[in-house]
Amino acid sequence: MHRKPRLLLACLLALSCGAWVCASAATINLLNVSYDPTHELYQEYDKAFAAYWKAKTGDIVVVNQSHGGSGKQARAVIDGLDADVVTLALAYDIDALAAHGGLVPANWQSRLPDNSTPYTSTIVFLVRKGNPKGIHDWNDLVRKGVAVITASPKTSGGARWNYLAAWAWALQQPGGNDASAEAFVKALYHNVPVLDSGARGSTITFVERGIGDVLLTWENEAYLAVKELGPDKFDIVAPSLSIVAEPPVSVVDRNVDEHGTRKVAEEYLRYLYSPEGQEIVAKHFYRPRDPAVAAKYAGRFANVPKLVTIDAVFGGWAQAQAKHFADHGIFDQIYGQ
Amino acid sequence: MNALAAGRPRRVLPGFGLTLGYTMLYLSLLVLIPLSTVFVRSLGGGWLHFYDAVTSPRVLAALGLSFGASLIAALVNSVFGLIIAWVLVRYAFPFKRVADAMVDLPFALPTAVAGIALTALYAPNGWLGRGLALLGVKVAFTPLGIVVALTFIGLPFVVRTLQPVIEDLDHDVEQAAWTLGASGAQTFARVMLPVLWPPMLTGFALAFARAVGEYGSVIFIAGNMPKSTEIAPLLIVAKLEQYDYAGASAIAVVMMVLSFTIMLGINALQNWAVTRHGER
Repeated sequence: MHRKPRLLLACLLALSCGAWVCASAATINLLNVSYDPTHELYQEYDKAFAAYWKAKTGDIVVVNQSHGGSGKQARAVIDGLDADVVTLALAYDIDALAAHGGLVPANWQSRLPDNSTPYTSTIVFLVRKGNPKGIHDWNDLVRKGVAVITASPKTSGGARWNYLAAWAWALQQPGGNDASAEAFVKALYHNVPVLDSGARGSTITFVERGIGDVLLTWENEAYLAVKELGPDKFDIVAPSLSIVAEPPVSVVDRNVDEHGTRKVAEEYLRYLYSPEGQEIVAKHFYRPRDPAVAAKYAGRFANVPKLVTIDAVFGGWAQAQAKHFADHGIFDQIYGQ
Repeated sequence: MNALAAGRPRRVLPGFGLTLGYTMLYLSLLVLIPLSTVFVRSLGGGWLHFYDAVTSPRVLAALGLSFGASLIAALVNSVFGLIIAWVLVRYAFPFKRVADAMVDLPFALPTAVAGIALTALYAPNGWLGRGLALLGVKVAFTPLGIVVALTFIGLPFVVRTLQPVIEDLDHDVEQAAWTLGASGAQTFARVMLPVLWPPMLTGFALAFARAVGEYGSVIFIAGNMPKSTEIAPLLIVAKLEQYDYAGASAIAVVMMVLSFTIMLGINALQNWAVTRHGER
């Protein structure tokens, strides 16, 4: 009875030593800290990249993934999670890595093409099959008797894009200005019966609980929901205008320099822009940046006639955050504080 | 027993210095130091920021909701927890062990799972929610839903504190009361309650403390509407989402001070109850 645990311990010890020796020989470990819905995307991409890197250098790359709410993930990295690369939902969260602890340089977003966002998405509407409430554009969301489901932009990075898309649409209407946009957004949130804390939570509220007539969601999430739950339950509605949701990527400079993984980490992100990377991206319902791949998969995405960017309409994330989502910002005022 | 131990000059178990040192180290490492960093962090933005963070109408409403709902939930648990503990100890019935084990489930279940399950049940399209909606009662996405979730997670605390005490309750004492002519209600109020009420307070305090800090199960059923169904821990998360560590810690400090004061009060009440009972 006494010998068994010891034997087991010895075996474990030997195993872990063996694994360690193996690791130091030719295996490189990367940690990609990402947000929630990219799980399937990176599962496939990591395999493709490992094959590419093996063919190129002979080394084995093992990419470990961490998924969670975008802001929570950024805070984990600030607090010491050893991420080599971050792939988050919005630039504001990577800006925070620069502002708190200088983990990335302030100019991180200019280091890779297209604002360091190798793929984009946009905000669309998910409605119940047959669109019983006749929802076709943003102005239908403020009608009486329409219940809109979206997460709180205070706690969900993804939901901030929803808010900004609504604001951008109102601003582009004839005679639109800040005051009319605020009134519109206020009317819209008046129709929101439940403010979930995260985007996944609001999807559950809409899909599983059957609450609400329309869910504001990222296009990739909408297509995933339709694919997983069956096309007989929901329809996707493309509004006349929406925002380009840009989930950016960056290497975490302080960590890659410490691990000596800068070269492979940078290549890991650059490979996202390659035709192979872009194909995988498109397959998971993110819009590719590469024009050739985008043309090939054009039929896979909602037809939104006009897309605007956060830089053009809001002057970038720092300004949008301060004006709309900070304490005492416009979103707080909507709820009378 | 106490008098006996106090009367002896030497302690039965050796190593008082060592164990006390260990206790202090353990408490410091696990409780005192982490909590004091919260205090330090809360002042990271200056007093004005602290004041601003904790006095906004939204934060005050959320604090009121969190403490109010926790209080109601703990009271409900005290009453029904007593009944459950009583039945589990005093009566034999089929599947008693299963019922007994079920009490612990709220302990073991990840709180998010509990939240999702409760919401599925009480949502307007859920099993219970559909029926209740016909009666005009809304549970999910109202303060009532928050009370339901907090009651769920607090139940084991009351039952598990009361069970051993009820087991020790001598059945003969009740019978003696009856033979001396006391009614059922009198026996309960004058004979049993004085013994049960200190552990009930402990169970109440534990359930209350657990409920105040609860996040995972509540956010799914709460609806999170500012100033009506928004709990204080959610506002802490909202502040963190803006990387406002100082503001988040400020709310946490207020919650901690309030909880600590309430706990001290309950402890004092309990001491009073014990001494009063002891004097009889």
